[in-house]
Amino acid sequence: MKREAHPENWLQITPQGLYCRPGDFFIDPHRPVERAVITHGHADHARPDHHRVLATAETLAIIQTRYGDRAGHSFQALKYGESIELGETRVRLVPAGHVLGSAQVVVEWGGWRVVVSGDYKRRRDPTCAPFEVVPCDVFVTEATFALPVFRHPPDAEEIHRLLHSVSVFPERSHLVGVYALGKAQRVIRLLREAGWDRPLFIHGALRPLCELYEALGVGLGELRVATEARGEDLAGEILLAPPSALADRWSRRFADPLPAVASGWMRVRQRARQRNVELPLIISDHADWQELTRTLEEVQAPEVWVTHGSEEALIHWCRLRGIRGRALSLIGRGEEEQEEVV
Amino acid sequence: MKAFSELLDRLVFTPRRSVKLRLIQNYFSHTEDPDRGWALAALTGQLRFPGAKPAIIRALTETRIDPVLFRWSYDYVGDLAETVALVWPAQPGINHEPRLAEVADLLQGASRSEVPGLLEAWLDGLDPTGRWALLKLITGGLRVGVSERLAKTAVAAFGNQEVATIEELWHGLEPPYLDLFSWLEGRGDPPAVDESAAFRPLMLSHAVEEAELEQLDLESFVAEWKWDGIRAQLVARNGESRLFSRNGEDISPSFPDLLAEVDFDAVLDGELLVAFNGHVASFNDLQQRLGRKAPSAKQFRDYPAHLKVYDLLVEAGEDLRPLPFIERRRRLERWFARLQPERMDLSDIVPIMDVEQLIRLRREARATGVEGLMLKRASSPYLAGRPKGHWFKFKRDPHTADAVLMYAQRGHGRRSSYYSDYTFGAWNEEGALVPIGKAYSGFTDAELKRLDKWVRDNTVDRFGPVRAVKPGLVLEVAFDAVQPSKRHKSGIALRFPRIARIRWDKPIAEAEQLETLRNLIS
Repeated sequence: MKREAHPENWLQITPQGLYCRPGDFFIDPHRPVERAVITHGHADHARPDHHRVLATAETLAIIQTRYGDRAGHSFQALKYGESIELGETRVRLVPAGHVLGSAQVVVEWGGWRVVVSGDYKRRRDPTCAPFEVVPCDVFVTEATFALPVFRHPPDAEEIHRLLHSVSVFPERSHLVGVYALGKAQRVIRLLREAGWDRPLFIHGALRPLCELYEALGVGLGELRVATEARGEDLAGEILLAPPSALADRWSRRFADPLPAVASGWMRVRQRARQRNVELPLIISDHADWQELTRTLEEVQAPEVWVTHGSEEALIHWCRLRGIRGRALSLIGRGEEEQEEVV
Repeated sequence: MKAFSELLDRLVFTPRRSVKLRLIQNYFSHTEDPDRGWALAALTGQLRFPGAKPAIIRALTETRIDPVLFRWSYDYVGDLAETVALVWPAQPGINHEPRLAEVADLLQGASRSEVPGLLEAWLDGLDPTGRWALLKLITGGLRVGVSERLAKTAVAAFGNQEVATIEELWHGLEPPYLDLFSWLEGRGDPPAVDESAAFRPLMLSHAVEEAELEQLDLESFVAEWKWDGIRAQLVARNGESRLFSRNGEDISPSFPDLLAEVDFDAVLDGELLVAFNGHVASFNDLQQRLGRKAPSAKQFRDYPAHLKVYDLLVEAGEDLRPLPFIERRRRLERWFARLQPERMDLSDIVPIMDVEQLIRLRREARATGVEGLMLKRASSPYLAGRPKGHWFKFKRDPHTADAVLMYAQRGHGRRSSYYSDYTFGAWNEEGALVPIGKAYSGFTDAELKRLDKWVRDNTVDRFGPVRAVKPGLVLEVAFDAVQPSKRHKSGIALRFPRIARIRWDKPIAEAEQLETLRNLIS
């Protein structure tokens, strides 16, 4: 392991995004590039119009559903754990536990191993494969919830709070704001696991990805498009929609709607109140503080690069433990996540 | 504690009054004594734990978590109770969750040195919502969107009673209100009213505008000046006398000079003022006396308390409230002529001619101590609360001034991500801007968004949650009066300032001169 082969000399921020020089590819670039390795299908990681796209089969399917003709020119699917050579580097994808198809990118060159984890979480998710720990020399981590105030409760408790509210206010329609990719399907599966077997009513925008999840083997039970039902018939029912639709005219047709949002940001009351949420559900697809710090301990990387979120706090935590931490500012990340993705 | 913390958590997120009432009533039905009584005390603001200071909570938390991470967390969340509730590291295996009654009992008797130990054990035993509720409770001010009156309304509805009935009993009740709940559930007698010095819930008025005056049958009304002091009720019986604020808070300790003169048996409704030989002083003078637990001899001399009496509710044990206003007024005048109490006078009746005359009187009502007119229906009994169609207040128009935005501060609650508190200034003689006041109301949500963006785009400096902005935006500010102030560099302070309009169009050079405002000091 030569010092001059240190990853900071060959894995760098460029105007297009994170670039691996010896492999001649970008990871989650935010502008069109010749060759992109994509960690997962969220819009701030998977952009349209790249030439060659490498990702898991599920992520490729998601990108194609979202972008259609603009998804890319050619696609290469890689199974979890399968490794290939890209330029002088060896690359493999391992599960990140974030959403269906999400992967960490493991890159090896010059005796160094870097893991770019994309977005991840450590708790169980019935819609995707669990995060896999890969010990490495440099770990690139997100920091969306990198403050000790963020400790997500068990998701079953949050689903129970939703069902309890439905029983206390049976005359109201419960509108749950969820991100269309990942969160929607996870909340649906959690509701099914909690025994809610009534039809669930979804916003039209959620339909294509719900259908794709079904096709990829994630059963969601009976779903109906909410606008095809009469508003007054939806009292006591659970509806799912993108968070932006909650404050939109779309929501006015339903019986005395009770706005709920499923997001890690709901942990902080004032955040929830600012968005006029009456029932905040703390359900996140991102690692909370404990999951982040536990992960840094387990991958045992002497060096950690921190992207989008509260980088300072996580770097401070690293410093207290003798880990070298540095901030990696990726353009275009975070803003959107702040409000929607989580 | 679990039921109480869940109640608070639901209340925080519930905007609708009817749903809040339902949640509180539901809590009273499903919670045992004495916990629910302590909850009622908390919701009505009756609990004080002077030993539990924010500094103690902060210090305790720093024994459990890295101080840097704690500080960043606090900066992010912006609320101490919530921050500590979230960052407090759980202790696996510790699960003694305290009851609300246990917390209230132990903490009230605890000395300052005992508080950290108690707190630490409770924080370990509670979940994050429980910790948040505990910390809100002990640091005072729950801020869950429930007023004292709403809590009383809920407990009244729980027992199928009127809220006025509860308010009348209230002064004689003590937490945890076992006798109250026993009566409300039909298990016991009504709690005895403390006849000697009970507060009688006040009758309040509705605001009326010029245009609406035409619709009133003025012949059936009596007019009085609307005094610019604070509403007060003086209760005297069996040699004991007390002064209450409009919410029933006992403010006697601040006004012994007024109460010393009382040697009668009556309940009076009136305006508390500062006055010298019958001449009413400014509200600013009265403010020197408000909230002082032990006023000094100098304050008695410089700011003598005075009561402008306008109603007689009880005379020698006889309840006059069912009588028409005009009849109570006659009794009041006779009573006053007979006793001639010191430090008091009667609020004069203003003869009504017509609408034009009322409008003129109101406009001219710039004299010290007057802020408009009151119209009271001659036939109305004295009714608790704000009944419709009986009493009207016809307040004079506010002053306005064009001021320049200088600083903006992040708001609280739902506005915590917005720069919503604005400090604005006027031009002094040297041509410099000096701050004259601060306002955080009077604009719509859409305007707030635009203001917030303007502040962010024009920031020149930051001090914690405050941003200094480049002078460039004129705010038309409405206010009720100008007072001298030692706290502001400008030497003046505005009373009840609020934003009337945002003058996106107006150049800052055309904003107000300080001197113009100084001339308005009453």
